[in-house]
Amino acid sequence: MESLMNWLQAQLADNSIFTLQTLSYYGEGLVTTVQLVFLSLIIGLVLAVPLAIGRGSKHAWIRLPIFFYCYVFRGTPLLVQLYLIYYGVVFVEGIQDTWLWVILEKPFVPALIAFTLNTGAYTTEIFRGAIKSTPKGEIEAARAYGMSRALMLRRIVLPSAFRRALPAYGNEVIFMLHASAIASVVTIMDLTGAARFVYARFYAPFDAFLFVAAIYLCLTFTIIYFFRHLEKRLLAHLKPVSG
Amino acid sequence: MIDLHGYGPRLAEGALVTVELAVLSLILAIVLGLATASAKMSRNWVLHRLGTLYTTLIRGVPDLVLMMLLFFGGQIGINMFTDWLYTQFDVDIFININEFVAGVATIGLIFGAYMGETFRGAFLAVDNGQIEAGRAYGMSHWLVFRRIRFPQMMRHALPGLSNNWMVLLKTTALVSVIGLSDMVRVAAEASKATREPFTFMIIVAAVYLLIASVSEWGFARLQKRYDIGYGEAD
Amino acid sequence: MADTPIPLEVRNITKRFGNTEVLKGLSLQAHKGDVITLIGASGSGKSTFLRCMNLLEQPNEGELIVHGESIRFKETRHGREPADWKQVVDMRAKLSMVFQSFNLWAHMTLLENVIEAPVHVLGKSKRDAIDHARQLLERVGLADRADYYPAQLSGGQQQRGAIARALAMDPEVMLFDEPTSALDPELVGDVLKVMRDLAEEGRTMIVVTHEMAFARDVSTQVIYLHQGQIEEAGAPDQVLGNPNSERLKQFLAPKH
Repeated sequence: MESLMNWLQAQLADNSIFTLQTLSYYGEGLVTTVQLVFLSLIIGLVLAVPLAIGRGSKHAWIRLPIFFYCYVFRGTPLLVQLYLIYYGVVFVEGIQDTWLWVILEKPFVPALIAFTLNTGAYTTEIFRGAIKSTPKGEIEAARAYGMSRALMLRRIVLPSAFRRALPAYGNEVIFMLHASAIASVVTIMDLTGAARFVYARFYAPFDAFLFVAAIYLCLTFTIIYFFRHLEKRLLAHLKPVSG
Repeated sequence: MIDLHGYGPRLAEGALVTVELAVLSLILAIVLGLATASAKMSRNWVLHRLGTLYTTLIRGVPDLVLMMLLFFGGQIGINMFTDWLYTQFDVDIFININEFVAGVATIGLIFGAYMGETFRGAFLAVDNGQIEAGRAYGMSHWLVFRRIRFPQMMRHALPGLSNNWMVLLKTTALVSVIGLSDMVRVAAEASKATREPFTFMIIVAAVYLLIASVSEWGFARLQKRYDIGYGEAD
Repeated sequence: MADTPIPLEVRNITKRFGNTEVLKGLSLQAHKGDVITLIGASGSGKSTFLRCMNLLEQPNEGELIVHGESIRFKETRHGREPADWKQVVDMRAKLSMVFQSFNLWAHMTLLENVIEAPVHVLGKSKRDAIDHARQLLERVGLADRADYYPAQLSGGQQQRGAIARALAMDPEVMLFDEPTSALDPELVGDVLKVMRDLAEEGRTMIVVTHEMAFARDVSTQVIYLHQGQIEEAGAPDQVLGNPNSERLKQFLAPKH
């Protein structure tokens, strides 16, 4: 143990890259990444629930626009969506003169909008699938007990759909974490942005990118662990009774 | 008519780069995926561990980070290797990683991991009796693989394969970040130069949607072919 | 007659799964034209024994002699394995197996199933294989089903198709692994009829079955297995009509 600590100290003392300064870049990048991912996921989730319900509407004027939104945002690269919104905001005539510019000036907000719309589209489809796979018998039972459509949706369909959507949504969360790396393309100093900065400064691609890869790996495993735990608790009723 | 400010031909070239990149990466990913699936199903625990390590690492790290690592790091790595060759054996060669090769290598490597999972599941879904019947009739391992396991596996793998392809197609956009002139990069340059991002980005988006729709149609036809003989069964 | 080697001989086959010994030194000789039936309760090892004969299961000990040629084995870390897979492949081409669950290849039509091994294993021309296959399908009463896929056929049709597939190899010995057990009762008759015809024309067959009437009428020899050992063996009249073993008597006693 003692020798290990000594070795570690020697390693840290020797290196010129991972100074306190650069580590703080990574630290700030971590905060930015987590903020960006967390906010877009939350807003996207809030967006997705009504959209998923509307996606199965009888009325074409509700159903089709939602279908189109999902189709476009799931069928094109996030990077294109990001560019569209980022450059769109920057180049729109006159926007610089309005109060909106205060929040749109930084690339964070366009990125947040792009990410939110993107994850919203994927999440809508995930929920849509989960709602569609509600067992027919459960719906019939609810009808038989005189539940209204809204009540049935709120009490029966959605709770069980959320649980069924959990594994797929867990994948979506990981996907968003990884996709958020492209925020660095529009000059945001997220984790990847920090790595690119360190790379450019020291011309040390292995140190810069392997380090950030390790951080992403840890985040990914944390998410996987979290969702597994959640599934175990929420999906316990679907497991066959053992013994 | 939409005014492309003379960017039309470059945009078309970029679209071609995107398609070439996607197709070549897909081929590499399929080869790597088959190898990974075999490794993970192997009795040899070293191969098994290696396969698991590969799929876990790749799927835990963002595509863009892997791409930069391979592109920026790969060049330095290769330089170190050629330097070593020079000092040790007096062999003087110079290898330059170009963006296209780096792109294909990275995307192929990333999706090889996903394909590996797809193929493994599909191989496991093939009924063992089908394979046994082949062996019982004197087929060699390779013949059983070629005539029975592979075609039957493909039926189970196609939905996953199609899904991976759609994601792969969109991932090709990332190569624009490392400097390859695919259609996204051309569109980004054009957007900045002309200050008309909507024109260019929407065209690019439409091309992606078109490719996706065409491939969806193609996969549906392929699935029909591989579903032959299962009509009533499932 | 003395010159022609015995189609199939197995000596002292022993098979263990983990620590349980499921076959305890079984031997058998199948001469040309023999129909040997293996009977016994489930778990007696009869199917495992049959599967050892074409090495779908690897016996831990014992010898396998196909048409006078002894299969060579070697010891590996994973246990005993054939020394030369090429030899095994050749051997298997001489022994055709018919499975309990048919195992017709699902992605091929019936005709494609029948010509698959003759073309790709025996190297027959596709044309000859198709001609032969059509004759065989005619024989098992499936001439009009040649272009159907297995999933479109009934269980009985699938099993008769599987028999045609086995015949297409011109096998020295046919191995039947409970060929009627997965069938609905009303479909069993057609399959048994095909098998009777084969026996009559002098095919060498080894059959694992629960069909006692078939065993009695068709076999030249009946072997009763109990817990991996041959409890009683001999002519069907003797073994089934007048058994010595108490266990066999119980096994044969009518069940309610």
